Amino acid sequence: MKRWGPDATVFAVIIGALLLAPLVVYPVLVMKAMCLALFACAFNLLIGYLGLLSFGHAMFLGGAGYAAAHAAKVWGLPPELAILVATAFAAALGVVVGWLAIRRQGIYFAMITLGLAQLFYFVCLQSKLTHGEDGIQGVPRGHLFGLIDLGSTTAMYGFVLVVFVLGFTLIYRVIHSPFGAVLTAIRENEPRAISLGYNTDHYKLIAFVISAALAGTAGATKALVFQLAALTDVHWSMSGEVVLMTLIGGLGRFSGPVVGAFVIIAIEKLFGESGGKIVVAQGVVFVACVLLFRQGIVDAIRNPRALLRVLRLLRLLS
Amino acid sequence: MPGITIPALLGQLLLGLINGSFYALLSLGLAIIFGLLNVINFAHGALYMLGAFVGWALLHYLGLGYWWALIIAPLVVGALGMVLERTMLRRLYRLDPLYNLLLTFGIALIIQGLFQTKFGSSGEPYAIPELLRGVKDLGFMVLPIYRGWVTVVSLVICLATWFVIERTKLGSYLRAATENPALVQAFGINVPRMVMMTYGVGVALAAFAGVLAAPIYRVSPGMGAETIIVVFAVVVIGGMGSIMGSIVTGFALGLVEALTKVFYPPASSTVVFAVMALVLLVRPAGLFGKAP
Repeated sequence: MKRWGPDATVFAVIIGALLLAPLVVYPVLVMKAMCLALFACAFNLLIGYLGLLSFGHAMFLGGAGYAAAHAAKVWGLPPELAILVATAFAAALGVVVGWLAIRRQGIYFAMITLGLAQLFYFVCLQSKLTHGEDGIQGVPRGHLFGLIDLGSTTAMYGFVLVVFVLGFTLIYRVIHSPFGAVLTAIRENEPRAISLGYNTDHYKLIAFVISAALAGTAGATKALVFQLAALTDVHWSMSGEVVLMTLIGGLGRFSGPVVGAFVIIAIEKLFGESGGKIVVAQGVVFVACVLLFRQGIVDAIRNPRALLRVLRLLRLLS
Repeated sequence: MPGITIPALLGQLLLGLINGSFYALLSLGLAIIFGLLNVINFAHGALYMLGAFVGWALLHYLGLGYWWALIIAPLVVGALGMVLERTMLRRLYRLDPLYNLLLTFGIALIIQGLFQTKFGSSGEPYAIPELLRGVKDLGFMVLPIYRGWVTVVSLVICLATWFVIERTKLGSYLRAATENPALVQAFGINVPRMVMMTYGVGVALAAFAGVLAAPIYRVSPGMGAETIIVVFAVVVIGGMGSIMGSIVTGFALGLVEALTKVFYPPASSTVVFAVMALVLLVRPAGLFGKAP
């Protein structure tokens, strides 16, 4: 068995880059990117290794954001416990949603997860706990283990980096375990996996819950970074964004979503965070990825001419 | 329940029928497209919105009224659909259908974003045509004429579509191509052209629904996105196995939504998704779907 594959090299490069990043880029932006990257890696566990496209993953990101914000602000829990509570909440939500959604496959799975996420969105919009349109504001970052004040950007940055690396490593372990091998087998040929005696629904559900829980960890961390849990994180457009991040990185490529998350943040920087322009830009990148660069960024680098044309089109739109 | 009068209840049910008309027209188009192309058309909502905007633009820039819009908007959007099919969707048929879902999602974002940039989020009003203004007293309730018109015309279009597909020669080609495109092609029927036309007709139905919706809701860039998510739930509930199934499910869910609005208003925006969850528990293939 190979212990240090190309994944490990990429992993080391990513961590190195993240350690140096705050020297050149606004740290909060990198923290946001790390949260979204973890979110996208969790999402990629489903689409990349199980072939299931969830179009409702925002509910785990945003739902856990609300849970963490509530735990930290109303219950006064320290940040590490708030994140744990939120992760557990996302996992529980994942059990219910996954249990319903894995009854269908392919595009139906996508539509069902989208529908259930929309249900969750409306609940968040109306619930008193989430404060509707205002969201939960002024969430205290608190003291990590009662010792380290996360109010300082440096401490928070280090904390987010640790959460990100832990989550990333966990997903790596899941994929490279016998469990991960079964997931790949289900993606490649489900009837055959069933005939070999695997209870595929069971495996799908576990993978779905792991993915939901880690998406929750990402959302909870994001809520602490911004000290805010709001409706944008449970909206369907966020579910679309995570699909896009994964698509940019290349479906099923382990480190792809990380790259995708940073590209998305860059696009947001260029086009503004809201309004019509960013929506158009995301749509163009979607179409370009599906039609021209199906392996994501790797294909884009291989075909610089097409990439240049897409970039020119994007500049025209900005 | 106290405080709910019969006229108010009937009024809500009528609103439900109207929403149901849009659900039926949209899910019908989705079902036709899915049957032949195996594509779930995520751009359907955006094209519905585009239909409404074409209607608005015809009036605003060219002075062409509602009746022209009902004919021209579906033609324009249908033509655009055929171009999209020929230039983009067609390239992905050999791949996993998820790619076409993602492609049409991207197209939807582009269309929606462009209109958001141009018109903002609030949208434009569209007046009810003169002929259909006013109300009619039916004795047991007061019927706004436009609302009655929308319900009737949607029903007629839905049934006509059903008739064409299930009872005519053209429809039999379509059904045959859905079952086995290679064989139908071997009989000398131009299947790729049929696929293109089908996509065009499917999205033309969406544009038609958009024009019908224009005087009821404001014509706004966001009107498609929210609707299409509900329509997807409708599709999951009905199953995409039958044309009649999607029509019935569409109208029925509009009514369910309306009844919820009367008896427990806070749940009216979520009830369709709750029904979807329930149906998945009892009949995962959908009410009219074939077992997977």
